[in-house]
Amino acid sequence: MTLVLEQIGKVVGGETHMADVSLELRPGSLNLLLGPTLSGKTSLMRLMAGLDRPSTGRLLLDGRDVTGLSVRKRSVAMVYQQFINYPSFTVYDNIASPLRRSGQDRAEIDRKVRAAAESLKIEPLLDRLPDELSGGQQQRTALARALVKEAELLLLDEPLVNLDYKLREELRTELQEIFRKGRSIVVYATTEPLEALMLGGSTAVLDQGRVLQNGPTIEVYHRPTSERVGQVFSDPPMNMIEGEVVDREARLGPVIHVPLSGHLGRLAPGRYRFGVRANHLFVARRNPDQIEIEATAELAEISGSETFIHAAHSGTSWVVQEEGVHSLGLGEEIRVFVEPRHIFVFDRDGGLVEAPEGATPSLAAQ
Amino acid sequence: MARIELKQIAHSYLPKPEAESDYALRRHDHVWRDGGAYALLGPSGCGKTTLLNVISGLIQPTEGRVLYDGEDVTDLPPQRRNIAQVFQFPVIYDTMTVYENLAFPLKNRGIDAARIEARVGEVAEMLELTPYLRRRAMALGADAKQKISLGRGLVRSDVAAILFDEPLTVIDPHLKWQLRRKLKQIHERYHLTLIYVTHDQNEALTLADQVAVMVEGEIVQVGTPQDLFEDPQHTFVGYFIGSPGMNILPCAVEPGAAVVDGQRIPLDGRLSDKAGTVQGALELGVRPEYLSLAESGANGAVPVAVKRVEDLGNYKIATLSLGAHTIKAKLPEDQDVPGEQAFLTFPPERTKLYADGRLVA
Amino acid sequence: MGKWEDNKAWFLVLPVFVLVAISAIIPLMTVVNYSVQDIFGPGERYFVGIEWFEEMLANKRLHDALWRQFLFSGLVLLIEIPLGVLIALAMPKRGWGVSVSLVLLALPLLIPWNVIGTIWIIFTRPDIGLLGVAINGLGVEFDHTAAPLDAWITVMLMEVWHWTPLVALLAYAGLRAIPEAYFQAARIDGASPWAVFRYIQLPKMRGVLTIAVLLRFMDSFLIYAEPFVLTGGGPGNSTTFLSIYLVKLSTAMDVGPAAAFSIIYFLIILLFSWLFYQALQNVGTGDRQ
Repeated sequence: MTLVLEQIGKVVGGETHMADVSLELRPGSLNLLLGPTLSGKTSLMRLMAGLDRPSTGRLLLDGRDVTGLSVRKRSVAMVYQQFINYPSFTVYDNIASPLRRSGQDRAEIDRKVRAAAESLKIEPLLDRLPDELSGGQQQRTALARALVKEAELLLLDEPLVNLDYKLREELRTELQEIFRKGRSIVVYATTEPLEALMLGGSTAVLDQGRVLQNGPTIEVYHRPTSERVGQVFSDPPMNMIEGEVVDREARLGPVIHVPLSGHLGRLAPGRYRFGVRANHLFVARRNPDQIEIEATAELAEISGSETFIHAAHSGTSWVVQEEGVHSLGLGEEIRVFVEPRHIFVFDRDGGLVEAPEGATPSLAAQ
Repeated sequence: MARIELKQIAHSYLPKPEAESDYALRRHDHVWRDGGAYALLGPSGCGKTTLLNVISGLIQPTEGRVLYDGEDVTDLPPQRRNIAQVFQFPVIYDTMTVYENLAFPLKNRGIDAARIEARVGEVAEMLELTPYLRRRAMALGADAKQKISLGRGLVRSDVAAILFDEPLTVIDPHLKWQLRRKLKQIHERYHLTLIYVTHDQNEALTLADQVAVMVEGEIVQVGTPQDLFEDPQHTFVGYFIGSPGMNILPCAVEPGAAVVDGQRIPLDGRLSDKAGTVQGALELGVRPEYLSLAESGANGAVPVAVKRVEDLGNYKIATLSLGAHTIKAKLPEDQDVPGEQAFLTFPPERTKLYADGRLVA
Repeated sequence: MGKWEDNKAWFLVLPVFVLVAISAIIPLMTVVNYSVQDIFGPGERYFVGIEWFEEMLANKRLHDALWRQFLFSGLVLLIEIPLGVLIALAMPKRGWGVSVSLVLLALPLLIPWNVIGTIWIIFTRPDIGLLGVAINGLGVEFDHTAAPLDAWITVMLMEVWHWTPLVALLAYAGLRAIPEAYFQAARIDGASPWAVFRYIQLPKMRGVLTIAVLLRFMDSFLIYAEPFVLTGGGPGNSTTFLSIYLVKLSTAMDVGPAAAFSIIYFLIILLFSWLFYQALQNVGTGDRQ
């Protein structure tokens, strides 16, 4: 089954919630919707599911127009942020509920329920009630219920956002396995760039009800077509600074001078906006090509494997993401290093002019 | 500010605890230094909030004594312990203005109006709440409310310690780091004793000089963020800190090597000697960051099968199998990973050994 | 759910419309019809316009009944709301005491109005009633059939005994909904029990107390059974509240004035419902901020 969205728009009370969304979702594909809160991810999923009718445009299922067809007549399963289960049903009955509704025989139901429970590691919990489970186990149950239905369209709306980060890490790995095996169209909404990168597949970046860019996840990550995509697809957001290309060098802000090497060599003189992802800024020199920037440390956030250093440089706030643990005092003067080959260049309207070359999409085609 | 000492503290919510597992908080001693910034880090249900409430006096411990600067306060109620506590959900007195909220703890203690005004002004300034002082507290956002809760603790100049119980849970992600920064600034300026409970490693490691990792009612390690990352004293710490967590593999030990599924992984000689003297099931632990790929099996590199590679932009996570076990390795972004078979180098100085979960050292 | 999908739903609502029409709108229209006519017998009726309304609005006995009614409802609220809150505060928070006190509180609520009347008549009778005899035994003369004040006291007692539990249950539900952290924070802030009540419990109960005030006001405004069973509105007219007066009028076959009175009564209740509804709405928005 292929689901095609043709120029879908949704207007509610004079307010445009969704505009001109066109996507093609193939069977067995994993499609990520990446965007900040309120960017329209949930609205788009509701339209796909048939819970809402679009104001303009069409939905085609294998070429058949299904615009406005009720959700009950489509093969859809959905998992939400909140852990939604039937409170008076055991885990087993929760998982079995969509199958019972479709009237399959008991042995078949039992087999499918146990298989789904096994893949989500909740087999020992089948006799419990949702109230007796931890948050992670409740969400596993909800996921199993959605999977067991073997729906043609599986919609997951930030399913891991309400879990502790370690649980999130584990479930994400398991979901990857499960998606790989399934034949459904999987649509997965998330606000987190890292989650999108881990899951792979293809990504549509959403902002204010519009699809800004759509393509293989790693490609969108490496070549954001606009500054906004770069911001949405970076956590922490991409560090931006105004500057200009003049006298065969790029001047970023008042004091940073960058030679026009590599991809920067193609820049015509003029004013630009320059962007660097936090993970391409360093607090120690790695090679002689790196440009040194003086900054004041505001806070070092330590995640364990990494440290996020918030720093101020001539009126702009920057975030540096470094490997390992770095403790810094507030207000400490530091030096930040950046390599010219990692700099994104956008025009003043936010359109991409040049993206770093290095990381080619083919590397990620594993 | 005070030094807080816990002596043989244990707590159970059952009336007659018997087995070890009846205790939400296992018996232990601990000293929280004056002016230190501490975090209590652990998964939900590990007993960290219980420990915090024992310190504040909201819970009477089943066993043991709590000492503030050497004085026994175990039997004192929280209002007589001079403690401030900020809860998960902002606690605001709905009908009061921001000013009245901040002044409340002082008013209750009968402090004169002029001093109250001076203190409230000072604290409001520090928390950037001055423009809102005359506003009704109820109408403000969650982050401002949480600042007010914190402010009610800070206004009291005699506070022994400020305790936080996951205070940033309801705060928008983009405001979180600003509040963390604020907390850190306040700590650096006033040298308050802070104890911060959280399940979020990022929060714990960012705010605290010393992080206590808890699991199943027990503190398994106290250390700086660097200690916890580089020298986990317990496999749980290895797993919980870092993303992905430490690789933990059951092993046997021979002189100079650990054996995992028939493969020899070189170990520090002293460590393998020591392993012979300890009891318990042995496990090898190594962080994904310290593993690297090798061209061949020379120099102790171990053959592994490549299951999957995820490109995370500036690095890659390779999922590998060594016999029946899965290993994750964090590799540089320009590293080429072979499709099926690869060789993995375990640096002996970074490879740890654990017996029944505890570090062999 | 979009309208486009479920137009059929309107058919499902239709029975309710029919029911409301039969049970409320048609009787109301009949009353309106009576209120503008003078009826002598079958087929003998004359249109009189708003004459009955003018007559009723100028009626001294109606004025008396109305003020009596307001005084009664006011007193009921003044006693029942604080008493209900006090009971709720005194109730146990956990353990077996919770269910015991809930059952005890619910008992009066389960007894029908007229039975309550009968119970209290017997209870307070000066000749055989336990309370009546006891009070008279103390040398205080108490007779609700003779002294207006005694009749009032008895009706108030009935009302308070019957309905304070409802207020207490609502207040208790409101109290139980306050997160534990508020009380913990208040302990740490060194708040006195009075401050805890004044700044935490009372503000957090505002919503349920508004509902309690609304319910008790409306209900006490409609009181009929208790004074009717006790003295039929006496002694004299001392317990003749609006509804009792209305019934007296209509049974006297003054259908026109009674109908006009009903409509006035209805409008008063509608006005107060609206006022309370507005108050409730404001409580809602206050909590959302």
